[in-house]
Amino acid sequence: MSRKQLLGPDDIGRSIRRIAHEIVENNRGTDGLLLVGLLTRGVPLAERLGTAIKEFEGVDVPVGRLDIGLYRDDIARRINPTPIRPSAMPRDIDGATVVLVDDVLFTGRSARAAMEALLDFGRPRRVRLAVLIDRGHRELPISPDFVGKNIPTGRGETVRVRLQEPDGEDGVYIDSEETVDG
Amino acid sequence: MADDTLSPDPGSWRRKDLLDTDTLSREEIALVLKTAEAMAEVRSRPMPKVATLRGVTVVTLFYEQSTRTRASFEVAGKAMGADVVNLTASGSSVEKGESLVDTVRTLEAIGADIIVMRHSKSGAPALAARTTKARVVNGGDGQHAHPTQALLDVFTMQQHLGDLAGKRVVIVGDILHSRVARSNLWVLMALGADVTLAGPATLLPQTLAGASEAGRCRTTTDFDSAIEGADVVMALRIQKERQATGLIPSLRDYIRGYQLNETRLARAKPGALVMHPGPKNEGIEVAPSVAAGAASVIDEQVANGVAVRMAVLYLMAGRAA
Repeated sequence: MSRKQLLGPDDIGRSIRRIAHEIVENNRGTDGLLLVGLLTRGVPLAERLGTAIKEFEGVDVPVGRLDIGLYRDDIARRINPTPIRPSAMPRDIDGATVVLVDDVLFTGRSARAAMEALLDFGRPRRVRLAVLIDRGHRELPISPDFVGKNIPTGRGETVRVRLQEPDGEDGVYIDSEETVDG
Repeated sequence: MADDTLSPDPGSWRRKDLLDTDTLSREEIALVLKTAEAMAEVRSRPMPKVATLRGVTVVTLFYEQSTRTRASFEVAGKAMGADVVNLTASGSSVEKGESLVDTVRTLEAIGADIIVMRHSKSGAPALAARTTKARVVNGGDGQHAHPTQALLDVFTMQQHLGDLAGKRVVIVGDILHSRVARSNLWVLMALGADVTLAGPATLLPQTLAGASEAGRCRTTTDFDSAIEGADVVMALRIQKERQATGLIPSLRDYIRGYQLNETRLARAKPGALVMHPGPKNEGIEVAPSVAAGAASVIDEQVANGVAVRMAVLYLMAGRAA
């Protein structure tokens, strides 16, 4: 297996700041905004977006967290269900513009599960999707509203986002299986 | 920023069945309790229900009466979107003499994925588990084990006390016949708590295989001393039938020596928790003022029972390995 670094800490920081600007621009300000990170790595990304918006706009945008484990479409097919953690919404989501935040967008199944999970908390006015990496290969009709970086990948490759909060470093890597015939 | 929800994978459930707590590791207990926290959060939502176990069939098979265990497994299953079928010994073919093994095989053929079973005979769920591919959860068997009760008890303790290592837990009553006491003992010892089992000599076991040797469990007939400085006092139901068998001289004597009342509770640590697995005989093992008092978490135990059973059903809903 070979690993290649695609983004470093500075690249990630720039992507987050740009997405933060885009979110505020798209929402025409920060009114009604709610950032919701998907556990695990969407949570620190959502918090960093919140910090960036605070820097530009001087406004504290509430940040929530969502565990989508209970909404996966493969539970009865798996041998070991994924561990789940409590979700938390800092405010009533009715009428809010919710930006779901995740690290990697791949098949779209997590985003679908996240929408279902979110709607169990109420009826937001709008739901947007922000991701640090879009690696393609969608299996569902889902497209992101805010993207840090589009990265063309092979299906067999794995994109790993590592963030300071859970992993001790910032970086995006791509792992490929090396094949004999190249 | 210390944030344990971002911590690495807490592991996964690898057992086919949940029959007892004596072989559960710290990690397995922690996994159930962590998952139960998430389930408690689901129960607190405006829509306290998810569709996670859609297509999963849970059968509760109760050969012995029950209010809380059966009802909370049913609520837990339905809150997760499972189909729940309730069977009791009366009204089923068990009355016609169908054997346990045949009943369990029939349920498997009908499509039961998880069978929650209560039986008056110790070991009946283990026998069932060996004869079916369905997963079996012990909902209480004889004097042997009641794993989900013990898990909801420690879940409730942790909510109030945090880490249970070094905490002093006193369980008082008919220890000898109590599956709740046994299952609690194993979980509490795994989590590092100090456990004292108190009761009249006739209701204390002579040996607690492996438990007292580990140094974290002792038995005593002196409840008044045992309760001194306790963090948790759990009173067990005194079955009035026991009096007829001569194991307790009289209820009045029992009350005098072992009822959890206000005077005794005052000897425990300030803020100590009062617990009872139910059903309780108020005025016998626990004074009504204590059962309904500020220290009592008895109603929380019942509510937490749903979250813990949701966690168990969720963890066991995958394909058996």
